[in-house]
Amino acid sequence: MDWTLPPNLAAGRMAIDETYYIILVLTAIAFVLVEAGILWFMFRYRNREADYVHGNNTAEIIWTAIPAIAMVWLGIHSGGIWSEIKGDSAPDDAFELGVTARQFEWMITYPGADSELGTADDFTLRNDVRIPVDRAVSVKLHTEDVIHSFFLPFMRVKQDAVPGMTTRTWFEAAETGDFQLACAELCGLGHYRMSASVAVLPADSFSTWYQTRAKEAAAEADSSFWTETPPNTPETVSGLPDDYGTAESGGEGSGEHQ
Amino acid sequence: MATVTTEAAGTPVTDVEHEQSFLRKYVFSTDHKVIGVQFLITSLLFLLFGGLLALLIRWQIAAPGEPIPLIGGLFPEAMAPSGIMLPEFYNSLVTMHGTFMVFFAIMPLLVGVFANFLIPLQIGARDMAFPRLNMASFWLAFAAGLIMLAGFLVEGGAAGAGWTSYAPLSANPEYTGVSLGQQLWCVSLVVLGLSSIAGSVNYITTVINNRAEGMTWFRLPLSVWSLFITAILALLALPILSGAVIMLLFDQTLGTQFFLQSGGGQPLLWQHLFWFFGHPEVYILILPAMGIASEVIANGSRKPIFGYKSMVFAMVAISFLGFIVWGHHMFQSGMNPTLGTSFMISTLVIAVPSAIKTFNWMGTMWRGNIQLRTSNLFGIGFVMLFVIGGLSGIYMASTPVDVYIHDTYYIVAHIHYVLFGGSLFAIFAGIYYWFPKMFGRMMSETVGKIHFALTFVFFNLAFLPMHEVGLGGMMRRIYDASNYQYLQDMQGLNEFISWSALGLFLVGLIFAGNFIYGMLWGEEAEANPWNANTLEWQTPSPAKHGNWVTLPTVYHGAYEYSHPEVSDKDWLAQNERPEVVTPYEGEPEGAGSTDVAPAGAG
Repeated sequence: MDWTLPPNLAAGRMAIDETYYIILVLTAIAFVLVEAGILWFMFRYRNREADYVHGNNTAEIIWTAIPAIAMVWLGIHSGGIWSEIKGDSAPDDAFELGVTARQFEWMITYPGADSELGTADDFTLRNDVRIPVDRAVSVKLHTEDVIHSFFLPFMRVKQDAVPGMTTRTWFEAAETGDFQLACAELCGLGHYRMSASVAVLPADSFSTWYQTRAKEAAAEADSSFWTETPPNTPETVSGLPDDYGTAESGGEGSGEHQ
Repeated sequence: MATVTTEAAGTPVTDVEHEQSFLRKYVFSTDHKVIGVQFLITSLLFLLFGGLLALLIRWQIAAPGEPIPLIGGLFPEAMAPSGIMLPEFYNSLVTMHGTFMVFFAIMPLLVGVFANFLIPLQIGARDMAFPRLNMASFWLAFAAGLIMLAGFLVEGGAAGAGWTSYAPLSANPEYTGVSLGQQLWCVSLVVLGLSSIAGSVNYITTVINNRAEGMTWFRLPLSVWSLFITAILALLALPILSGAVIMLLFDQTLGTQFFLQSGGGQPLLWQHLFWFFGHPEVYILILPAMGIASEVIANGSRKPIFGYKSMVFAMVAISFLGFIVWGHHMFQSGMNPTLGTSFMISTLVIAVPSAIKTFNWMGTMWRGNIQLRTSNLFGIGFVMLFVIGGLSGIYMASTPVDVYIHDTYYIVAHIHYVLFGGSLFAIFAGIYYWFPKMFGRMMSETVGKIHFALTFVFFNLAFLPMHEVGLGGMMRRIYDASNYQYLQDMQGLNEFISWSALGLFLVGLIFAGNFIYGMLWGEEAEANPWNANTLEWQTPSPAKHGNWVTLPTVYHGAYEYSHPEVSDKDWLAQNERPEVVTPYEGEPEGAGSTDVAPAGAG
């Protein structure tokens, strides 16, 4: 049995792995004590006269207090990490991505040349995530139909997309490479194939690609992108919610209702 | 019965045996023991069916896209054309495996079987407080099971939105392609809810009102305590499920929008309602198992239960805390993250009473005289495996770690350690232990021990590696993992798990054989084959209609094993005359005393 976690390629999410290993040590101690104790009793206390014992208050207090202290400590420790991960704490210079999930694909909206989502020069790619290495990426999640879950195992990221809500998450890739985005919440018969490619690119090649792509998008935007019938090619897709990227009425925190 | 002295405590001796037609005696019976056995047999059949569904799931995971062997040709086009499973059928299998195992196998095996069979016998009553309501409760559960099964026969197939049926996937038929099947799922659970509520009212009333003379609250066996607390949980939790499921049914059929965002509904409301029921449900599925384990371990250790009152209060604490932890299923759901912290704390705290119980079972075994009979092996096996399920729960309780393992096979491993390693092991312990009282015959101990050993081995071979698959990042409910590069390495392990699951299923057939053989041809059972103290063993096996010739009077707690003042035997029936010994009044000598309770102090 391999109890280690796979490589963690996200900067600043090592705390998840550390907490996991702390719990692994705590539970391993409890596991060995209990299982070895039971096996020892099964071996030791056979064919004898049993003691007539109803209990022991000191023992009860000890084995209530120790787990209680351990659990409360773990709660406090985890709580701090949790608010760093899930709080609305993406750095200001984070690269913003809009992600709209739908059965069974991921629509990735890039902010375009102006670095702002919800403007005319945004462009959208299907199942194609490209992000720069060593820069925080902030993700705004929407879904058009059912609940999906944005899962990047190697970045330790998971966040559900819920109809009618904007949920947020952020992460920073520490290594370049090609990865996969998975859907972690059962979303229908195509759930198993709802994946997108994720390319973490070196800063320079990312910006080369991005600037080219943004220029094209800007040109398209100028030639009346926002018309009655937006172009709907497999590569570039519109049809995002009307309020996409505008000031959310529900506030900025992840998990606020609209 | 030779060593038992019963007392005619002013109750007239009545001839409780009277002639009944076959239909009244075995089909529409109001006898709690017959109803318990009816629940036992139907739930074991549903367990078998749920196991078959699991094997189909494991086939698809081990060999995605390959035709199902042997029985592949039997499936219609809509499920598995030329034996190759379709994704929509896979989703139905996943949904129905969970649904059948939780609602139609484990829950009725624990509550339907043991609450019915044990409560009147163990508290010294002739029957339940409301025998006809009890009969209705069984037949409602039976009907609910048939309605659920019908899902496989209707157009569109059975429900496929997971046993948790998250909205809006479950609320709008367009999203899954399943309409009638999902509606049947809802109707079935509403009917089952009625059955559970009727049963709970009955169990609660019976325990409060029908205890024999002298059966004080703190003389009750822990099995009765656990079933009593479970009934309260079920009475409070099931109506929430019924309400939520009716709302879901309306969304599907009447055009309401409770859970559909398009009409202003709230998808997360379904999750809140479902888990507000669902987490107490987890404890409904484990508390009776804890009660059964306490019975068989104390009996199998020939020693009083360690810390009886701690055991009771731990169960009360678990049931209270069980109502305020539901949000831990929703850490990644988009629920406000601050709420996540509160739910994490309550969830971690609930580990404490579970730990108390584990240590008390160990304390019971400590310095005992351990009998390795099948029931006790399963009882000890329950503790050993429940500990693993409890400890793995700490990982997902910690919100940051849950970010990674949520919705992965780690969760699947955890739930199976709790519900199979925990609940089902205790159910096997209970069946081996009370079988003589149910059928008046013995199951084979030798075959039982083989069944235990193989179940223990194959269970761990099947479910321990699932932790590793989950840690590798494999999502739940994935029809074909080969789409994911990073999951390719898992395939060998997944095949290994599938083989182990097949082994586990086949071992179950050993149990089925032992059960059927024992029922028909087993050795005839004595009244008290395990030298147990509780009242059900102080009446013949099987107990007659009405249970007692004379209602018993209780003088002792349920766990007076190896009492030093009893010379010729290591047990003391609850209804034995008090002059034999000084009764133990159940206080370990003043709070704060550090002494081990001396013999017979009061």
